[in-house]
Amino acid sequence: MTAQEYAFLVLAMVGSVSAVAVVTARNVVHAALYLVVTLLCVGATYLVLGAEFVGWVQILIYVGAIVILFLFGLMLTKAPIGRDTLDNQQRWIGAIVGAGVFAGLVFLIQQAWPLQDASKSYGSFSGSTAVVGDAIFRSYILPFEAISFLLLAALIGAIVLARKDDGA
Amino acid sequence: MIRLPFVLFFSALLFSAGVYGVLARRNAIMVLMAIELMLNAVNVNLVGFSAYLKDVTGQVFALFVIAVAAAEVGIGLAIVILLFRNRQSINVDEVSLLKW
Repeated sequence: MTAQEYAFLVLAMVGSVSAVAVVTARNVVHAALYLVVTLLCVGATYLVLGAEFVGWVQILIYVGAIVILFLFGLMLTKAPIGRDTLDNQQRWIGAIVGAGVFAGLVFLIQQAWPLQDASKSYGSFSGSTAVVGDAIFRSYILPFEAISFLLLAALIGAIVLARKDDGA
Repeated sequence: MIRLPFVLFFSALLFSAGVYGVLARRNAIMVLMAIELMLNAVNVNLVGFSAYLKDVTGQVFALFVIAVAAAEVGIGLAIVILLFRNRQSINVDEVSLLKW
């Protein structure tokens, strides 16, 4: 176990606990704040893994923009409190499916990369801004332009959907 | 030096929590939050394998996934607000207009 592994495990545990809290919280605003903790932990794990650019983008875009959008959405709609109004009747089936997915994934991961086999560890890879930018604008320029166009279309679509129809 | 299975277990737990959230929640915004959890699980996998294989491609695709998630949240919240304006409720089990 290296220091990086300990740091990763602490971040992953905090992130996992708050991820479970996101889907079980009885108050919608609390769920959004737990989502902030989860996203911060995920961003920090990217930093520990050496992906510094993706880590900071995660923190800027998710915590800075997407969660704020969620909070706006919660404030513009009525936010009921309580398990019966937030969860539907199929909660137990959902819990069984979620636990089954987790058990299946853990089994498959354990088959492919046994945890005890320390020889399959790896050194962290530096994904600095220069390396990532070089890859995006050299090899992946076409997908990048497609994503830009998608974002523009989503922006226009969101405006068209959310504006009030006055005589249109 | 972080062993790959740790990263994959973390990602699996995030994804399972997201699956449970999508299936169990009634509030449409909470369903969107659970979808964000699942997209984050995919990103954790992409960055983890990027470090494992020492290849930057995974990080590039993680950035693309973040951009698509931003677009998805924008459109999703616009639909939710439109729904609230028309039905005064954003419970997904009450929106059955298109269901035979």
